[in-house]
Amino acid sequence: MVGGEQRHHLAGRGLETDPAAVRASVAAVFREEHGRLLATLVRRFGDLHLAEEAAAEAVEAALTHWPVSGVPTRPGGWLLTTARRRAVDRIRRDRTLALRIAVLQAEADRADPAPAADVDRDLPDDRLALFFTCAHPALTEEDRVALTLRCLGGLTTAEVARAFLVPEATMAQRIVRAKRKIRDARIPFRVPGVDELPQRLPGVLQAVYSIFTEGYAASSGPNLQRLDLAEEAIRLARILHRLLPAQRETAGLLGLLLLVHARRHTRTGPDGVPVLLDEQDRRRWDRPMIGEGCALARTALTGGPPGPYGLQAAIAALHDEAPDVAGTDWPQIVALYDVLLRVAPSPVVALNRAVAVAMRDGPAAGLALLDELATEPRLQAYHPLPAARADLLHRLGRHADAADAYRQAVDLAGTDPERDQLRRRLAEAEAAARVD
Amino acid sequence: MKYMLLFVGPPTDGPDQAVPQCTVEDWIAYDKQMKDAGIWVSGNALADLTTCTSVKVDADGQRIVTDGPFAESREVLGGYDIIDVPDLDVALDWAARSPGARDGGSVQVRPVAEFGL
Repeated sequence: MVGGEQRHHLAGRGLETDPAAVRASVAAVFREEHGRLLATLVRRFGDLHLAEEAAAEAVEAALTHWPVSGVPTRPGGWLLTTARRRAVDRIRRDRTLALRIAVLQAEADRADPAPAADVDRDLPDDRLALFFTCAHPALTEEDRVALTLRCLGGLTTAEVARAFLVPEATMAQRIVRAKRKIRDARIPFRVPGVDELPQRLPGVLQAVYSIFTEGYAASSGPNLQRLDLAEEAIRLARILHRLLPAQRETAGLLGLLLLVHARRHTRTGPDGVPVLLDEQDRRRWDRPMIGEGCALARTALTGGPPGPYGLQAAIAALHDEAPDVAGTDWPQIVALYDVLLRVAPSPVVALNRAVAVAMRDGPAAGLALLDELATEPRLQAYHPLPAARADLLHRLGRHADAADAYRQAVDLAGTDPERDQLRRRLAEAEAAARVD
Repeated sequence: MKYMLLFVGPPTDGPDQAVPQCTVEDWIAYDKQMKDAGIWVSGNALADLTTCTSVKVDADGQRIVTDGPFAESREVLGGYDIIDVPDLDVALDWAARSPGARDGGSVQVRPVAEFGL
């Protein structure tokens, strides 16, 4: 096991009866156990909606009983037992549900071996199957990310809505529709076989990565970074890596997230304005996190052709280990981007490669590559493209052209801090242009 | 659970004639695979789109019969199978294996609604 998934056992703490403390205990236990609890219930009953309702009722019951009887020694087990009972009650009340569950159960019993036991905990760990259900290719990409956050991250619908800056009603509708599709089209709750994994795992990794990128660089709104989302993504990536240790891309994803997150304290200044890589105070980077990320990047790149997350982790590792921008191994970074462009071609990768080429061969070489991307339709509204052009034009002494490109970037940027940072560079370019 | 596999493809008289199309033998082999696996419920290939006739009844009860399908339909339903399999993953496997999923065609996989189970 790499790292430590945060443990939250309250066992041995003795009886806790202060209502506020109990409420906090229930919240803490539920946060940690939610994914496991839900996955176990879905395996048992084959119905995600029923499992969610039963889990929520178990938490309510805990809030009623624990202040009186104390927090049980195995809170996860207590919640599971209670949730199971509540689920059975619901099934008894609802004949249609009972019939459907009976059919599902008969099929599950035929098809499924016993769930994986985890001697370490009082709940079995069925979360991997839940990851694959939530990120099933039959769901849209947005649905996959929302369900993963909701079911495995244990966020409420309101919290998921806040994470993606959409109204709660919109998110509730989306989640209801996605759960209905899982139920009615019968998207299975199972871990794909070894032969299917290469097709199915990228979707799961993508969902976790999307959670991280939304936290790392919010697409809109007043703040550039939302660390809670980034940390939730890292927690989920850790779980995946622990459940699928032999899949090198899970190591690559976790490594990449850690290597990027290690720079979180220096990515923004005190005023919330983004600080670019060349201006960041590298002494404040999180060295232990970099160490862990580098080890994972090595694992991801050893023993076979590399995947896109492993390659991106390796690129992030080279940045994190460099003493400064000048001392960065740009030839190696360009070489990694070359491979990445073959494995996972995208205009954004091509853009990043062009910037690395500019560092290796000079701004003119980078600018030529960027100009080739100018007509790329998927980059038309992507502010990093004009921003990168502007930086290179500035370095070439073409200050008026640089100012034009900065203006384009300001118009396209999605968050206030990004606009502020670009306006600062624009002012510099304009000042230099006046001197020309 | 029953799923209907709807095989949709470009019109047979369309401009994509250069693209290699799957053969009758491919379909016969696929049919046999489904029957041997014991999952096939029913299914048919449909006759050419030129034989299609549409009918609707207006508010006055007048029957309106027209030649062909809706003009805007660019994909043509060429046939269907109903299969009985445990879940969507298995249904998608069968859909992906069909000749209709290749050569520019696609397969829509739709659960058959179950009422009053």
